[in-house]
Amino acid sequence: MTRFAIPLVLFILLVAFLAIGLRHDPHEVPSPLIDKPAPAFQLAQLRDPSQTFSAADMRGKVWLLNVWASWCVTCREEHPLLLQYARSGALPIYGLNYKDKREDALSWLGELGDPYVLSVSDNDGRVGIDYGVYGAPETYLIDRNGVIRFKQIGPVTPDIWQNTILPLTNQLNK
Amino acid sequence: MQLAKRIVLLITVLFGAWVCMPAKEAQPSAADPVLEERVMKLSRELRCLVCQNETLADSRADLAEDLRTQIREQMKAGKSDKEIINYLTTRYGKFILYNPPVDPTTYMLWFGPFVLLLGGLLLLFRYVKQRSGLIAEAPLSAEERRQAEALLASENGKETS
Repeated sequence: MTRFAIPLVLFILLVAFLAIGLRHDPHEVPSPLIDKPAPAFQLAQLRDPSQTFSAADMRGKVWLLNVWASWCVTCREEHPLLLQYARSGALPIYGLNYKDKREDALSWLGELGDPYVLSVSDNDGRVGIDYGVYGAPETYLIDRNGVIRFKQIGPVTPDIWQNTILPLTNQLNK
Repeated sequence: MQLAKRIVLLITVLFGAWVCMPAKEAQPSAADPVLEERVMKLSRELRCLVCQNETLADSRADLAEDLRTQIREQMKAGKSDKEIINYLTTRYGKFILYNPPVDPTTYMLWFGPFVLLLGGLLLLFRYVKQRSGLIAEAPLSAEERRQAEALLASENGKETS
C-alpha cells in the first residue's frame, strides 16, 4: 500500500507546485517601493508644458498615477477601462506619459479620450526609473501622505479595480 | 528552375537567421573606454527587467539602454559600484541582481538543492541498509546441508563416470 502511496503523494505535490507556478507571472516583480514614499518629481504638464506638476502637489489626497505611452500596446487595451474608472469619480487619476513624443501622446488622447486629470511628460524616462517602471502600463496608488500603497504592473483590470483599488481607497480616505 | 528557387529560399532563410541572431553585447560607445568597461562590467551583474533572462549588458531593450545610461552618468558623477547597485535595488528590488544575495528570501534557492541532496542520500542509505538486511546470509540447517552434499556428490559422480 505505502509502496504506491509515497509516489502518489510526491506526484500530487509536484502537480500542485507546477499549478502554482503556472499561475505565477514571472513578469510581475514585487516592487520595493510599496509602503515607501513616492519618489518626488516635478515635470512639465503634457497639455501645457509651461506648467509643472509635482507629486508633492497631491499631498492630502489619495490618487492614482498611471504610467502610459502612445507606443504601449497594453495601454491601449487598458484605456477604455481607465475612462470608465475616471468617470466613476472614485479617485483622481494622473498620467505619467513615459518616454513618448508630445504630439503622439496628444493625438492619442484626442483619439481615445482623456481619463487623466492631467498628464506629465517624462520624456527621458528618468522619473520612470525612479518609480521602478519596467513595462507600461503601471499604476501606483498613493495615499494622503505621499506613500505608495499599491502597484499594479500591467493593466488595471476590473477585478483589480473592484477588489483591490476601491476597497483600499475607501480605507485610505477614512 | 524549381530547385534554383528553393536554393535561393534556403540561402535567404539561413542568412536571415544569421542576421537575426542577437548581437553579442551592446558595443561600448568609444568616448571613454575605461568608463565604458566599468559600465559593462557592472551591467553584467544586473538583470534586464524587460527580458528577464538577459543581463543589462546583453539586453537591447529600451529600458536596459536607459539604465546603462543612468549607470554611466552616476559613474561619471563619482558614485561607487555599491552606491549604484543600491540606487537600482531601491527602485527595482533585489530581482535586478543577477547574482541573488544570500538572505532569508533566497535561502531556499541557495540551500534547497543541498537539502534535497542530503534527503536523497538519507533515503538511499536507509534503502540500502534495508536491502542488506534482506540478503543477509542465513546459516544452512542440517537438512539443507545434507541435501546440498547429496547434490554435489551426484554431480561429481556424473562427471567422473
